[in-house]
Amino acid sequence: MSTFPSDLKYAKSHEWARSAPDGTVTVGITDHAQEQLGDIVYIELPVAGRAVKAGESCAVIESVKAASDIYSPVSGTITEVNAELADSPESVNRDAYAGWLFKVQSSDPSELAALLDADGYRASIGE
Amino acid sequence: MLAAIGVAGVEQLFDEIPPELRARPLELPEGLSEMAAARLMAERAEHNRPLLCFTGAGAYDHHIPAAVWEIAQRGEFYSSYTPYQAEASQGTLQVLYEYQSMMAGLTGLEVSNGSLYDGASALAEAILMALRINPRKRRILLPRNVHPAYRKVVRTLVSHQQVELIELPFDPAEGRLDPAVLGDYEGMEATALVVPQPNFFGVLEEVDALTDWANRNGALAIGLVNPVSLGLLKPPGAWGAEGAALACGDGQPFGAPLNGGGPYFGFLCCRKRDIHQLPGRLVGATVDRDGKPGFTLTLQAREQHIRRAKATSNICTNQGLLATAAAIHLTLLGPEGLRRTALQCHGQTRKLAARLSRIAGVEPLFTGPYFHEWAYRLNRPAGGVLDRLMAEGLLAGCELSRDYPQLGSAILTCATETRDDADIEAYAVALERALAS
Repeated sequence: MSTFPSDLKYAKSHEWARSAPDGTVTVGITDHAQEQLGDIVYIELPVAGRAVKAGESCAVIESVKAASDIYSPVSGTITEVNAELADSPESVNRDAYAGWLFKVQSSDPSELAALLDADGYRASIGE
Repeated sequence: MLAAIGVAGVEQLFDEIPPELRARPLELPEGLSEMAAARLMAERAEHNRPLLCFTGAGAYDHHIPAAVWEIAQRGEFYSSYTPYQAEASQGTLQVLYEYQSMMAGLTGLEVSNGSLYDGASALAEAILMALRINPRKRRILLPRNVHPAYRKVVRTLVSHQQVELIELPFDPAEGRLDPAVLGDYEGMEATALVVPQPNFFGVLEEVDALTDWANRNGALAIGLVNPVSLGLLKPPGAWGAEGAALACGDGQPFGAPLNGGGPYFGFLCCRKRDIHQLPGRLVGATVDRDGKPGFTLTLQAREQHIRRAKATSNICTNQGLLATAAAIHLTLLGPEGLRRTALQCHGQTRKLAARLSRIAGVEPLFTGPYFHEWAYRLNRPAGGVLDRLMAEGLLAGCELSRDYPQLGSAILTCATETRDDADIEAYAVALERALAS
């Protein structure tokens, strides 16, 4: 059974977003997504400094059975990526909410507000 | 079935395709019986004449030990089909793994894929791979002394990918790139520089200087190499201070007969850090759950049967049978055999160049050092001379003016280890006769 922390926002495309007071949004994939993907073997991350739009593909997760695009839930500039994933992509399987992928300096706070909350996301995947 | 999907006829399924793009009906004669077809083919085959081959230009007449195809044609290997994981035997996977290991060793890079279609598409794939590794300004520096057919294939495959192909001039005296001209291309943030070794004219490039220039300017060096030459020459992975990032080429010299221009195979090698951008199949060594060694297709998420539109390539195959023959061929030669083959090719070409240079009306086209191809200029149109030599049973070379009119009447010729001293003398005597008439 997947977990859905209530302090996070969620995208229908299975990313979670955690906002900090300075406007930085940390992005990862949900516990449900990592369960569906199976063993993750490689994560391709964007370069820091890249500008992204909400819904734009900016990372790829390869598991033993699929390769999936990861979409930024908000618009802004990538400020940091989780470099530890290069050596241990499986940490996303271990704890999807600790194994963040990248951080975005958000340029439009309304996008974050428009994301799903935990109950909304849970409903969207039928759990 | 048509009724079930609400379609009036098969034709309606093709409505999407504009009429002017549709294939016209083929005007074909009635079918033949097997007996009649065999007779027709036998009659046609009689028109084939054995020619003494002094032509390279991308496909090379090498000796193929009889064991190569005796083994490759065994039922366990002999198939034009490239199996998916669930269908592949351990033997098929292991031979591809050995092929990859040999190609990686030869090119001095860490990884080889399980082969590609041919050398031209391998170069195009290497360029597309470089664009994924190093996006920058999407500019590719492509020397004009890269094989003309390869340049056309590259242009076709990248033409809709917002890539700027910038052709570099070669030094008309030496036949190779002058590293000094690269100064004009500094600051343009090129993605990659293609470094042919040897180039289309058989001339050896200053690969260390070219690779260092690329690495200094943030571009990747793509080595386009003749694999036999690697028996003697420094591998691309060791070019310059940091090495070329990618090596590619046509594998035909390893076990593939000339045939009518194919099937051959392409190879593509890279560094381990770029493996996720490598197109094509990849076999890895692993252990099963009991700890026994085995082989498996790996990193398949790069491929289109997993990743579809975002795959590293949508030419999703390898040349399994030709790669198998290459692995057997290389196993039979071994490193020392390959070195001696390369040395013999070079030695015979030097003899050919020296002998032909003594003929009045023949002069060397370029001054640069060469491997196993050599170009010469004639004092009369090359086409007529080549026709005369053909009539005497000699495939004497490739007419360069078709692709390089600025070079005048010139012929690119090649001697592999299969051309002995008597063959070279026969060529020279026939050429003397042709020029004296």
